Amino acid sequence: MQSFGKGCVFRNCFIDKVLPHSPMTDAYSNRKQIIKILILSIGILFIVRLMYLQIFNSDYKKAADDNALRHIVQYPARGLVYDRNGELLVYNDAVYDIMVVPAQMKNAEDFDTAMFCQILDITRDAFDSNMAKACKYSMQAPSPFIKQISKETYGALQSNLWKFKGFYAQQRTLRHYPKPIAAHLLGYIGEIDERELKDTNINGDNYYRQGDYIGKSGLEKSYESVLRGRKGQKITLVDVHNREKGRYENGRFDTAAIAGKNLYTSIDIKLQEYAEKLMANKRGCIVAIEPSTGEILTLVSAPSYDPNLLVGRVRGENYKKLQDDIAKPLFNRALQATYPPGSIFKVAQAMIALDEGVITPNTGFPCDKSKLGCHNHPSAGCVRDAIKMSCNPYFYFTYRRMIQQGKYSNDVRDSHYGLALWREHMLKFGFGQRLGLDLPNVGTGNIPDTTFYDKWYNGRWTFSTIYSNSIGQGEVTIIPLQMANLAAIVANRGYYYTPHIVRFYGEDSVRPSEFYEKHETGVAPEYFEIAANGMYDVIHGAGGTAHRANIPGIDICGKTGTAENIGIDHSVFICFAPKDNPKIAVSVYVENSGAGGTWAAPIASLVVEKYLKKKVERTDVERQYMEARPCQSLPLKRVYKKMKKRR
Amino acid sequence: MRARNNSILSSVDWVTVLVYVLIVLFGWVNIYAATYDHDTANVFNMNSQHGKQLLWIGLSFLLALVILLADAHFFSTAAYVIYGLVLVLLLVVLSMSAVKGATSWIPIGPLKLQPSEFAKFATALAIAKYLGSIDIHIRDFKTKIITFGLILIPAALILLQHDAGSAIVFTSFCVPLYRMGLSGKVLIYGVLAVLLFVLALLIDNNFILIGIIVAIALAYLFLWLNKRTSKIVIRTILIVAACSAFVLSTGFVFDHVLEPHQKTRILQLLGKIDDPQGIGYNVRQSKIAVGSGGLIGKGFLKGTQTKFHFVPEQETDFIFCTVGEEWGFLGSAVLVILYVVLFIRLINIAERQYSKFALVYGYSVVGILLFHFIINLGMVLDLLPTIGVPLPFFSYGGSSLLAFTALLFVFLRQDASHNIMI
Repeated sequence: MQSFGKGCVFRNCFIDKVLPHSPMTDAYSNRKQIIKILILSIGILFIVRLMYLQIFNSDYKKAADDNALRHIVQYPARGLVYDRNGELLVYNDAVYDIMVVPAQMKNAEDFDTAMFCQILDITRDAFDSNMAKACKYSMQAPSPFIKQISKETYGALQSNLWKFKGFYAQQRTLRHYPKPIAAHLLGYIGEIDERELKDTNINGDNYYRQGDYIGKSGLEKSYESVLRGRKGQKITLVDVHNREKGRYENGRFDTAAIAGKNLYTSIDIKLQEYAEKLMANKRGCIVAIEPSTGEILTLVSAPSYDPNLLVGRVRGENYKKLQDDIAKPLFNRALQATYPPGSIFKVAQAMIALDEGVITPNTGFPCDKSKLGCHNHPSAGCVRDAIKMSCNPYFYFTYRRMIQQGKYSNDVRDSHYGLALWREHMLKFGFGQRLGLDLPNVGTGNIPDTTFYDKWYNGRWTFSTIYSNSIGQGEVTIIPLQMANLAAIVANRGYYYTPHIVRFYGEDSVRPSEFYEKHETGVAPEYFEIAANGMYDVIHGAGGTAHRANIPGIDICGKTGTAENIGIDHSVFICFAPKDNPKIAVSVYVENSGAGGTWAAPIASLVVEKYLKKKVERTDVERQYMEARPCQSLPLKRVYKKMKKRR
Repeated sequence: MRARNNSILSSVDWVTVLVYVLIVLFGWVNIYAATYDHDTANVFNMNSQHGKQLLWIGLSFLLALVILLADAHFFSTAAYVIYGLVLVLLLVVLSMSAVKGATSWIPIGPLKLQPSEFAKFATALAIAKYLGSIDIHIRDFKTKIITFGLILIPAALILLQHDAGSAIVFTSFCVPLYRMGLSGKVLIYGVLAVLLFVLALLIDNNFILIGIIVAIALAYLFLWLNKRTSKIVIRTILIVAACSAFVLSTGFVFDHVLEPHQKTRILQLLGKIDDPQGIGYNVRQSKIAVGSGGLIGKGFLKGTQTKFHFVPEQETDFIFCTVGEEWGFLGSAVLVILYVVLFIRLINIAERQYSKFALVYGYSVVGILLFHFIINLGMVLDLLPTIGVPLPFFSYGGSSLLAFTALLFVFLRQDASHNIMI
């Protein structure tokens, strides 16, 4: 059996147990075909399955990309905001998020926790809880350990960062305001909320993702699309442990972030700062407009707040505090407060009456105080004097002629006709409608129409029902921006440009065209000359109501108002200067302080002086009004509400 | 001697050798991609898996040459000795795992020898030897018992090592047994039993029972109407009872015999549980890898699933994922075709043998390779439950490559001497 290698035939006989039949001829040899068919069908089955998975089903390709590709968003720097002289109002400050990858940290045995906490100024407990949170999120993926640490803290950490394995810093930007002013105007940004996300996506703008920042108010909101720039993205490859493994396709699909455009505003930072100082400890607002362009020079709402409070880590806490403040510092009075205008309204009344021809420049009315009270002054014999002395009965009669023109014998019908006509004129003055200011949430004020009174009085009303409107009380309300715009209209002798804050934006100096639209009131310039003269007399003439607004060397024209309301009167003043070729128009509103000539007028004159002379020479007046604290008590209703809330 | 060796080498079936070499080399390329790491990119880096595999491939080629140069009759003569040796090794592993916890390998210096890989080879030799003996016919009851015994002893020892995958591969011996005359009914009953098992897990048992009873009753009613004998009635009753018992026992077997991970894998495949992050993770990721390859694949070393290790065990049991992802449908289909060509070629070779030993052994080789192929690809392509077996000649691993090489080349050696005889 074991005798190998002795030749073929020999081996053939002895060693192999040769089958009696030759190859492939046994009883079951046809079974080889069945086995072959089985093998072939299995091969075909696998190939068909491969075809289905690899060619006809594209889900897996996407799934593989989802596995291995990470889209990292590159955030652009938000646009900066400049004042009219090129000074920065808003810029971006670098802050750092300290990120941690817990898995990488574990390997570092000599991690000096005490030193780490000391540099970052956190307690050991905070360290432990933050670390636990990071570990819970992911051991392999980076997550923020501490958000938004300052440049200074980062500087201290940076030189030691190599000692802290697993930690690294990621730069972020935060808004920063070099001067703590113009909070209402500039607005603030915040994380996009669900509603905003839905709204922006409805508009076909799929730009935002959860966690992105968006302008919430002020210029930040109205110029969001200009300021935000464009996000970029970096695609990196990650492995199963979420570790970065380099760029995808050598960065072929990466896009760089494009920085937002800068805004060049018409705000005068020095005037804004000065006006805010004047409004310290008061409630109210100041709006200053350049009449020849409609550019807003200053927009103050008091009380205000430091815009730096609503930035970064402290934002949430501060926002809550400001929201709870019963003086309502977050409320932008200049744009949203609908105040009774008081006597400043008489200027518009006189212009409309003259235009309608119901009075002439020399029409006189006796100051008989039968319907409306008045202060003691001689009866006005002409429109100019009536404005100077702010005679209530004069405008009562003027308004009566306006509303009851005698076109119809029926008083009710006659009044309907008169009011509709009057309202049409008023709208042309920018009242009762939204001025096209480039800020969000601008109020309209109210110029009542016939339907308004019909509803109120069931259609049965005449002039005698609504005569309070004649002196800017009653149902008439106006926002401070419209008051400043009235001053600008008189300064321009009959027209205004849409008030706006941004002159142009971006390096290519885009100017929104709607800001160069001229709005005519339709009243002849010579009538406005009468108003300007009357307003000049208010300050300079004998018997004028605002001698305190007098600025030596400047021909300032103004009109006082003392708006009655629940509590102490609101003090109102509008003015422009100089009388010829005016450079500035101002409205000042000081809540619950007293007469227009006492509070608003001198404050407005200080603003004018600051702007025109660049320096205030009346230092005693300045000091007096900066330090004054009119009416610190708030409306009882609000105080009560607050008390109830606390309980 | 030189002349004789040359004649043997020239009479070796070079088509099979070529297919073998192609599969091994393509396998190594994919192992290189699957374990690619920038630090160990050097082809000959012996600390890397692809470097080690290169060593194993060299050793395998050497082993193949040694086998070809050895005497053809050595293996048929030493079949039972080799079989006995492997059984001893399996027992050694088993006793070792009793001491050190579950292991399936014996450390020999730096190498790890897996006896279970060689057990298939040894069993193939033993069965070929036994069935190749004169006057042994598979139809005989005694032969059946001894044959099944030869198969079941190593299979049971491997199952005791908790290596269900390798144990299941022993069912591949049904291929040579079928060829040698084992009734096809046995195999069909086996397949039916598996189907019934799956059905019993999927559907309420009562429905299946009613279905079986109705189906069998109808079938035999038909027979009885043709040939009225009481024998058929009795047989019907017996079969229905057997089926019912089987169906009713599946629940018990499933709950008490199978291990938890095996149960979940089966339920996962049947779609009874869906947990892509947990149990289904491997299968889901392997499908993503294969599916994302598309028609022509992502290219060598470009597979993200492969390179970033989303597929576990991607250089061993899931190596086919790398083929699918980086070489696409074309590469995958070529590999499948290579295997099919190998199997058909081996059958053809087996059929031309004069020796019954070589015939049985040849079919054993086809069966073992085929079952590995089916189970491995079936798992990767989500057609079968997850059972860890390597893809022959392709997966990373020294023991399996050496064992498969030995398995194949012993057969080629038999064939080479057959050619000389002609």
